[in-house]
Amino acid sequence: MKKILAILMALALVLGLAACGSNTPADTPENGGESTPAATDYADLKIGLICLHDENSTYDNNFILALKEVQTELGLSDDQVLIKTNIAEDDSCLRTAEELVDEGCNIIFADSFGHETYMMQAAQENPDVQFCHATGTHAHNAGIPNFHNAFASIYEGRFLAGVVAGMKVKEMIDSGKITADKAKIGYVGAFPYAEVKSGYTSFFLGVRYIVPEATMEVTFTNSWFDIALEREAALKLINNGCVLISQHADSEGAPKACEEKGIPNVAYNINTATIGPNTALVSSRINWAPYYKLAIDAVAKGESFDADWTGTIATGSVELLEVNEAVAAEGTDEKIAEVKGKIESGELHVYDISTFTVEGKTLDSYQADVIDDGTFQGDTEAVSDGYFHESEYRSAPYFDVTIDGITIL
Amino acid sequence: MRNNSSKATHEPLFHIAKRNAMVWWKAWLIRGASIIASLIVCAVIIVSLTHQNPLEVYGAMIKGSFGTSRKFWAMLQNLAILLCISLAVTPAFKMKFWNLGAEGQVLFGGLCSMMLMFMVGDRIPNVLLIIAMLAASVLGGIIWGLLPAVFKAKWGTNESLFTLMMNYIAIQLVSFAIMVWVPSGSSVMGLVNPGTKAGWLPDLFGQKYLINILIVAVLTVVMFVYLKYSKHGYEISVVGESENTARYIGIDVKKVIIRTMILSGAICGLSGFLLVSGTNHTISKELAGGNGFTAIMVSWLAKFNPIMMVLTSLLVVFLQRGAGEIATKFNLNTSLADILTGIIIFFIIGCEFFINYKIMRTNSGKEDK
Repeated sequence: MKKILAILMALALVLGLAACGSNTPADTPENGGESTPAATDYADLKIGLICLHDENSTYDNNFILALKEVQTELGLSDDQVLIKTNIAEDDSCLRTAEELVDEGCNIIFADSFGHETYMMQAAQENPDVQFCHATGTHAHNAGIPNFHNAFASIYEGRFLAGVVAGMKVKEMIDSGKITADKAKIGYVGAFPYAEVKSGYTSFFLGVRYIVPEATMEVTFTNSWFDIALEREAALKLINNGCVLISQHADSEGAPKACEEKGIPNVAYNINTATIGPNTALVSSRINWAPYYKLAIDAVAKGESFDADWTGTIATGSVELLEVNEAVAAEGTDEKIAEVKGKIESGELHVYDISTFTVEGKTLDSYQADVIDDGTFQGDTEAVSDGYFHESEYRSAPYFDVTIDGITIL
Repeated sequence: MRNNSSKATHEPLFHIAKRNAMVWWKAWLIRGASIIASLIVCAVIIVSLTHQNPLEVYGAMIKGSFGTSRKFWAMLQNLAILLCISLAVTPAFKMKFWNLGAEGQVLFGGLCSMMLMFMVGDRIPNVLLIIAMLAASVLGGIIWGLLPAVFKAKWGTNESLFTLMMNYIAIQLVSFAIMVWVPSGSSVMGLVNPGTKAGWLPDLFGQKYLINILIVAVLTVVMFVYLKYSKHGYEISVVGESENTARYIGIDVKKVIIRTMILSGAICGLSGFLLVSGTNHTISKELAGGNGFTAIMVSWLAKFNPIMMVLTSLLVVFLQRGAGEIATKFNLNTSLADILTGIIIFFIIGCEFFINYKIMRTNSGKEDK
């Protein structure tokens, strides 16, 4: 027995040592990275990113990939970009931010809504470091000079994705597969607050732009990332007779369920064509690269930048990923180009109050909760000139009305 | 051992026998060897999956806990919380009462604290508020632990299922409370009272977590003495070894079960208080973060010895923090670190088998039991 054990141990030791030896070349890219001629501006920079989940979450992966893209573009070494994943929305966010400051980061991004108050705290304690929080609601009036919020007018992207979905539903109606009164779509949402509500409403309005009879059912998972729950939610909607599904939750649960059942799916943040070659239709995406670049550039040059920044189609922040030709209806690309042109020219507004009603009435006035002071009371008139002004008074969405045609399960 | 031979006389080649108590240095030699063996296996996995130098990976893991003084304090803080919950489950497990509900007891204790912090907040003096929060948390933990104990003592219900299901009730209650307190629907409380710091445990000597750490340190010693030298502690171990024996020597088993679960729940409630008031200053469904279950492993690994638990919880926390560090440094998914943690713990648990049992070659000439 002892002999066998001894042989096993020796073998393991040899393997381990051999492994160490053979591995030295792996160090070189890192060293090489440092010596590549990075633009002098960025040489002293160190960038931190705090993510709620890791790259398995489509949402977090979208942040990570965009930062890596910017890293390559600006010629930053791996030592200059520190990504912290699976950081909960509690004291560990503050602690991680502080640790990143200790590591010498000059600018730190955080990607989840619940990170915000901890980032604000970190900003107040470290006035020389810039803290940028995505999707947050406080920076525009918090008065903390080194604390920033950013978001994008993703409702425009979701509207466009809705148009693609509408074209597909119209194709189903035209081909006699369903009748117009069966044009019901489904939506899997994470939490029932403005960011999600604004998202599904704009998507629904996009569908209705093509199929005015369409209705939508929405169900919430109360989690940002739960493969099983999202899958169950999608299956429930499909069983309820929804002919197309979209989601605003960050796992692959819903698109996979759709592929199984042969139901077209519209995704968010990633191209799901590999998961659902026969059902993935299109995705809208926030491209964070323009914001990263803007903020990093400002820090490198020692300039100040917006406390609250909204990316748009024009800044390259709102994108529609490649349409899956195998699934999409004919003429989709042309339609997208047409609608996109109208949005950009200001001819078409997503929340045009003539296109929807709330409890049977036109929404001709709405006090939105733009100033997040903990009272959850409306404080800013958001409807004027015939449309709801989303993401104009603050980057984070504040459209939180349930419009007619949408049923919340 | 399987006997798959057709011959009636055939005996398995090896058999397992219980060892007599091993000399302490031999046992520790085996433990040390098993950790080295696990590190070697981990090294093989690191190289084959990621092509990184395992020594550098281990170096980064150490940096995760000891790299800077801030990291060291954060490690002590995580250690304090995990240790506190482990101390809470220990008397129950020692009594063989399968308390799988620490997660819920912590959460409900935390919710009680948060209720006061959020609703009474700035209206009463901070000292009073903190004392009230502590009392509420402990009481909340007691209620959550006592319910299954009473049902077990009175009607013999299964405590594993009962405590486990109480976790879900606590989670839903927290979700519900947040829904009421945050009508926007985001389910995010964020920092509560960031301006006034009402209900926040104060810094001690400039250290945010020092109070947490001191409380748990004192508790560890108290629990050690309680289990080892008090009459209660003795009763707990007798009930754990055999309820019949306990009854025979006149121990009121029901009373011991209920009393011990009150203690267990109270310390869980205290952990909830430390998490809400001393650490996060917020509440969410993830407050306990799985520590209610990790604590069971910590407690068993230490054989219910509170002083040993300092070491076992240090091991777990060290591995967790190292995981985060190597994920960032090498651009790896934290799952790799979880795999490594799994391997190391597997070896540590496995070596206890070799300390307690021996594998012997069956001698065909001798009769063995």
